[in-house]
Amino acid sequence: MAGFDKVVSSYAEAMAGLSDNMTVIAGGFGLCGIPEGLIAQIKTMGVKGLTVVSNNCGVDGFGLGILLEDRQIKKMVSSYVGENALFEKQLLNGELEVELTPQGTLAEKMRAGGAGIPAFYTATGFGTPVGEGKESRQFYGRDYILEESIQGDFAIVKAYKADRYGNCIYRHTAMNFNPMAATAGKITVLEVEEIVEPGELEPSQIHTPGIYVDRVIKGSFEKRIERLVTSKGAKK
Amino acid sequence: MALTREQIAMRVAKEFKDGDYVNLGIGIPTLAANYVPSDISVMLQSENGLLGMGPYPTEDQVDADMINAGKETVTAGVGSSIFNSAESFAMIRGGHVDFTVLGAFEVDVNGSIASWMIPRKLVKGMGGAMDLVAGAKNIIVTMTHADKHGNSKLLQACTLPLTGVNCITSIITDLAVLEVKNHAFYLRERAPGVSIDEIRQKTAGKLVVEGDVPEMQFA
Repeated sequence: MAGFDKVVSSYAEAMAGLSDNMTVIAGGFGLCGIPEGLIAQIKTMGVKGLTVVSNNCGVDGFGLGILLEDRQIKKMVSSYVGENALFEKQLLNGELEVELTPQGTLAEKMRAGGAGIPAFYTATGFGTPVGEGKESRQFYGRDYILEESIQGDFAIVKAYKADRYGNCIYRHTAMNFNPMAATAGKITVLEVEEIVEPGELEPSQIHTPGIYVDRVIKGSFEKRIERLVTSKGAKK
Repeated sequence: MALTREQIAMRVAKEFKDGDYVNLGIGIPTLAANYVPSDISVMLQSENGLLGMGPYPTEDQVDADMINAGKETVTAGVGSSIFNSAESFAMIRGGHVDFTVLGAFEVDVNGSIASWMIPRKLVKGMGGAMDLVAGAKNIIVTMTHADKHGNSKLLQACTLPLTGVNCITSIITDLAVLEVKNHAFYLRERAPGVSIDEIRQKTAGKLVVEGDVPEMQFA
């Protein structure tokens, strides 16, 4: 079954083929469930002009935020960009283009992109700046706008455990956008905490079947916490 | 007296019914979780993919993989479930969440809401707010009735970029509880000691006052 063995041993191999002006879909919600090593590899490669589709753009100095430092990102498609000073600066300077997209629409754009659905109608955003210039139509007396799906040249995904075939599971809320991102890349790369042999994961528990996955690499993760709050209150 | 943030949250929590699935926005709405009456149970939905959110973790329980939509560390409560973002918004957009409570900059008499952007001042993004206002069965907006300069936030027509149109039916402010219908704000309750005149003066959109308007009850 060597043809199904997706495991690669270096980050260079994991991201081979990424070049300037490509679209990269990235899983993660804030800093939770992000493919840290794959993002670092993109920074190392120095590719420019990227369109990055991800709910957020990390924070200053961590997560996708590090790709802003050398102006590698031309355009972000995100639902929420707060808490990132460099992002705000490049946005206001006009160095960075941003397509703000409602969070549910963003998830559905990725899901549809991976499922061969070119566009879908949603009530979200009708009558708002998000709906401007988009086709609208009434169904059952309600207004909907037509949103196009998204596919990426690459999808970069953080999972908890994968087997060599790319079947994987996510852990807790580090799942978030990762399963949709995984389906929507022409090349989908998984960065995981643990690689196991085929057969070790219970088939019915698998979140993303290996058919969507092209490469798997074992990473080591810092897992930085954006807002540490305990029962005793917020910590800095 | 105008209500404090905590009192607004207390009044919001009185709207919940036993067995409701509820999504609470950041700020005052989140505080409402602290005042859910002890004789009912509600389940909190966090749109990053957690239904049945538990309390903040002890130091031993902190887990970077377990956060809420505000990116704070949380726990998963007993009977919770965790799922991906598309599933999360399927339950929101499909109308399965009973209540959503969120803040706003402005609301108008047609139930339109502006909450995500102030041009040239503040661009943080809408996050899940546009999906929530388009999808939830009941939406409560919590906000101060007027800004710090005394300008009303309850308008005839919103001036800021909209989050959603014709979707808000209930507003709970520091001064009043209002229902939005028939292109007007209907005054339903007032904060203890706040006069109808003060509310009228701080409501820029059409206000309808029917009969005696009771004071809010917190007991």
